[in-house]
Amino acid sequence: MTGVPIVVVGAGHAGFHTALFLRDEGVEAPIVLVDGLDGPPVQRPPLSKSMLLGEAEPRLEFRKPEFYAARDITLLHDTVARIDRERHLVRLGSGRALGYRDLVLATGCRARHLTVPGSGRAGICVLRTPHDARAIRDALGRADDVVVVGGGFIGLEAAAAARKRGCTVTVVESLPRLMRRVVSADISDHFRALHEAEGVRVLTDTTVHAFDGDTRVRQVVLADGTRLRADLVVLGIGVDPEVELARDSGLAVGDGIEVDTALRTSDPSISAVGDCSSFPTRDGTRRRFESVQNATDQARVAAARLAGRTVEFDAVPWFWTDQFAAKLQIAGLVPDPEAETETARIGDAADAFSVLHFHNGRLTAVESVNRPSDHAAARRLLAQDTSLRPDDARIPRFRLPGTAALRTG
Amino acid sequence: MPKVTFRAPDGDRTLDVPPGTPLMQAAVDDAIDGIVGECGGNAMCATCHVYVPADAADDFPPMSEAEDEMLNCTASERRPTSRLSCQLPAPVHDLLVELPDEQ
Repeated sequence: MTGVPIVVVGAGHAGFHTALFLRDEGVEAPIVLVDGLDGPPVQRPPLSKSMLLGEAEPRLEFRKPEFYAARDITLLHDTVARIDRERHLVRLGSGRALGYRDLVLATGCRARHLTVPGSGRAGICVLRTPHDARAIRDALGRADDVVVVGGGFIGLEAAAAARKRGCTVTVVESLPRLMRRVVSADISDHFRALHEAEGVRVLTDTTVHAFDGDTRVRQVVLADGTRLRADLVVLGIGVDPEVELARDSGLAVGDGIEVDTALRTSDPSISAVGDCSSFPTRDGTRRRFESVQNATDQARVAAARLAGRTVEFDAVPWFWTDQFAAKLQIAGLVPDPEAETETARIGDAADAFSVLHFHNGRLTAVESVNRPSDHAAARRLLAQDTSLRPDDARIPRFRLPGTAALRTG
Repeated sequence: MPKVTFRAPDGDRTLDVPPGTPLMQAAVDDAIDGIVGECGGNAMCATCHVYVPADAADDFPPMSEAEDEMLNCTASERRPTSRLSCQLPAPVHDLLVELPDEQ
């Protein structure tokens, strides 16, 4: 293929799927996928889940290496040092210049590090890349005492894996409850109880003051002076969007690279998709999501637009996490705890139930624990602006899957 | 080794698939264009939709309620023979599945 390529920067879920969907859309331009990691592009969800269990390594590659040539996608293991927007070219880390017809930034996020005394000691790890995950997996085989800093999805998945491998595990969370940013208080309480029942010690409203030890970390010192033994510390304190390239190029950047509803940045020949993209929502605010769903749905929209179709990004967000025997799936956005909301719980089992959230009488989110069919139904209902009301969901034997079929005809 | 044929509007592709391998995995490994599998095989995205032969129900594990629900979210028409190929281990004999127009 000849012509000026569409260049995609980053080959995580968003970048890989952008390249794939461009081909599926019938785009004939050359496609160049630039990625800083070695090897074929990989998915990340298993890194904090099955990867840490120390069993057979899960399949990470989206596709075999031959796939890229077969679909005429050029995979460049390189970085992008800067963008020359006037001349429509990127300067690669290797020094080479590469012209682009359109540029798609799928630069993702980087894991936050904690800057407290001793945070440079060995044995303090973040979990973002396959390399990070393999290092933690191997360290878990040698560790007795593990401290996880951060009680979000990544931290709690790591804590569950460490516990399953027989380590003594403490989770240190600075907020009053676990997964505060994305789940309701009911779900936070459920997962705290689950972790504690499995033998994980959970400390909320607690911050880390320092890491003590020698070359390696030996103790985590909490703000109140308490010392926790630690052979291994896993930091799960969030990520920051990779925006430097965009900012240095003069693109509009806030909490992420700012795009419009068609995922164009302030330069119409540059798009941003996935974890790094800050997009406008119907209520006028901007959002940035770190999720597989957001990455693939944005990739689909960006690819369709670059293929010449008129499209807008307006997808129902969904998320999932696996901790011990619990699969938590969330469809929609759980309302802010301060907002006036109504909830309805369905499912009588202690370990399998869903919580429905309504705001101004409208269904806005469903959290499901080990109820995947509720989750699937919820995604369908939320996409269709359901007329379901809180009282409907309180009728005995109410079923969300049945509702999806009934209400949508 | 058993052969699985993926029938698409633009022709058939036949692969040797070890029994037990999820059909979605076999398809993406051999760059079958009509299968995306964007959630990585978790029955959460409905982008590995296939139509199985009407008489093949016994070849596969029964459909879970979650798969049933996800099949209501497919891009192409759902039929009685619709399944998510990430939930289908390859059988011990040859098989032909049809791919929908869109995932």
